[in-house]
Amino acid sequence: MARDTLTGSRIRERRLIAGLRQADLARTVGISASYLNLIEHNRRNIGGKLLVDLADALSVEPSMLTEGAEAALISALKEAAAGNPGAGAEQDRADEFAGRFPGWAGVLAGAHQRVNSLEQLVQTLSDRLTHDPNLAASLHEILSTAAAIRSTAAILAEPGDLEPEWRDRFHKNLDQDAERLADGSKALAGFLDESASSPDRRLMPQEEAEAFFEAHGYHFPALETGKSQPQDLISAAPELASRESRVIALAVLEVYRADATAIPLKDLKAALKDGLDLGVLAARFNCDMARVLRRLAAVPEDVLGRPAGLVLCDASGTIGFRKPIAGFDLPRFGASCPLWPLYTALARPQVPLRRVVVQEGRSRAGFECLVYAWPLGSPGFDRDPVYRAVMLILPLQEIPEGALQVGANCRVCPVRDCMARREPSILKDGF
Amino acid sequence: MGRHVVLIEDEPNITEAIRFLLTRDGWQVDTHADGTDAVEVILNAAPDLVILDVMLPGKSGMEILKDLRAVAGMEHLPVLMLTARGQARDREMAEKAGVSRFMTKPFSNTEVLTAVRDLHAQAKQG
Repeated sequence: MARDTLTGSRIRERRLIAGLRQADLARTVGISASYLNLIEHNRRNIGGKLLVDLADALSVEPSMLTEGAEAALISALKEAAAGNPGAGAEQDRADEFAGRFPGWAGVLAGAHQRVNSLEQLVQTLSDRLTHDPNLAASLHEILSTAAAIRSTAAILAEPGDLEPEWRDRFHKNLDQDAERLADGSKALAGFLDESASSPDRRLMPQEEAEAFFEAHGYHFPALETGKSQPQDLISAAPELASRESRVIALAVLEVYRADATAIPLKDLKAALKDGLDLGVLAARFNCDMARVLRRLAAVPEDVLGRPAGLVLCDASGTIGFRKPIAGFDLPRFGASCPLWPLYTALARPQVPLRRVVVQEGRSRAGFECLVYAWPLGSPGFDRDPVYRAVMLILPLQEIPEGALQVGANCRVCPVRDCMARREPSILKDGF
Repeated sequence: MGRHVVLIEDEPNITEAIRFLLTRDGWQVDTHADGTDAVEVILNAAPDLVILDVMLPGKSGMEILKDLRAVAGMEHLPVLMLTARGQARDREMAEKAGVSRFMTKPFSNTEVLTAVRDLHAQAKQG
């Protein structure tokens, strides 16, 4: 039902809140009760004087009756329904639900968002648990709270009347659990912060390097202009505490500088005015596809016109560099999904490949992945080439039909019956 | 065979939600929040099915399950185990202890109801 046809639902809701009988309200505004009934069931459109009279009788602004519920709220409700396909929620009536019961809709949407944030936390921590089992107790607390919230919210969201005593009790439980969740999350975040800053639990070198690149937004103007050398930036970086992390970051910056020299930012901006054609870019700058892909991820977002993520791996599949992008989860520890096009590239070196994927998980999202694998060093008769692969990840507005289904890693992947699965998922039924 | 469940769970709001769901589905639900005397509680109640959390004060759900299975007549009592840990080794441990069904938090209400009904139906047939 369209949002602007729900004026009647809102009138009914406001009347009930005001404690008025249908007949009384009808009499006040000078119409029959049966006509008001038709209006309240959205079977008659109203406006003008009658709308103003009804609003006046209900002590609200007319706009309160005509304006639809927040688009974000409806979107959150639809997302909640899509995440629970087995519940059979009437997705096409989300507008109506939000219009008639804005408070409950807010509770449901809020609970769904909390569950989503918990899932994100679970994914991060499940990676980390392998290395830090002391987190298990905190995780148990949060998951138990999530279970309580999920069950309670689902009961409240069911159609039909719930006895007031139960409804009030579940509402109170939700409130308690929300507070508990907030406390648990804070405690966990505090634990992680403390762990990270503790001298006996330093970050891994890769994490230090990632913190450095993240702090710079993956873009280094001083290298673009030649004002600084990679070593200058490394020496001035507080994030790079260990020698190993400095080695890792320096290697990446050396490649960055070479890429920036081969594809100057100003020239790239000019080339992109004609559209994004990787083959044209490679030819224009006389470089291989890997350099083009790396370069596109290293320039400011406004140059490309959209965000871009990047992942680099070696022939073992080990990820050596990652630039995250919203919606595409990149596991920090452990192996990632073997179905990523990044790994397909390793099987077809020096062939540019384009794959449209959908990453399943807490936020199902579509991406265009451009991948390329190339050999290190010069070819030789008596040695096998060693390959590296790169994947540029570009978000799509919509998920095209037939998109390749991928995950983040097996442990947090909801896809059933996947031939590439290495280990059972900790999630069930899409979580 | 009746429809009597004992729920051993120390999270009161999970207990409340599950009790509501199952009671509405026609089950008699007894609840208990402590692991220490959980086996005695189950034996005294003589339920048709047990829902058992893993992490409980006093005694873990795994220990309770092992002790329960060691009691004559309790070898085939349906036990649905709830846990926040869903890794393969946890499932294996539960299976070795004699669990009938293993469910990870946060579960959906539909999952719980379906599991309880399935286990009950299987027990009736068996």
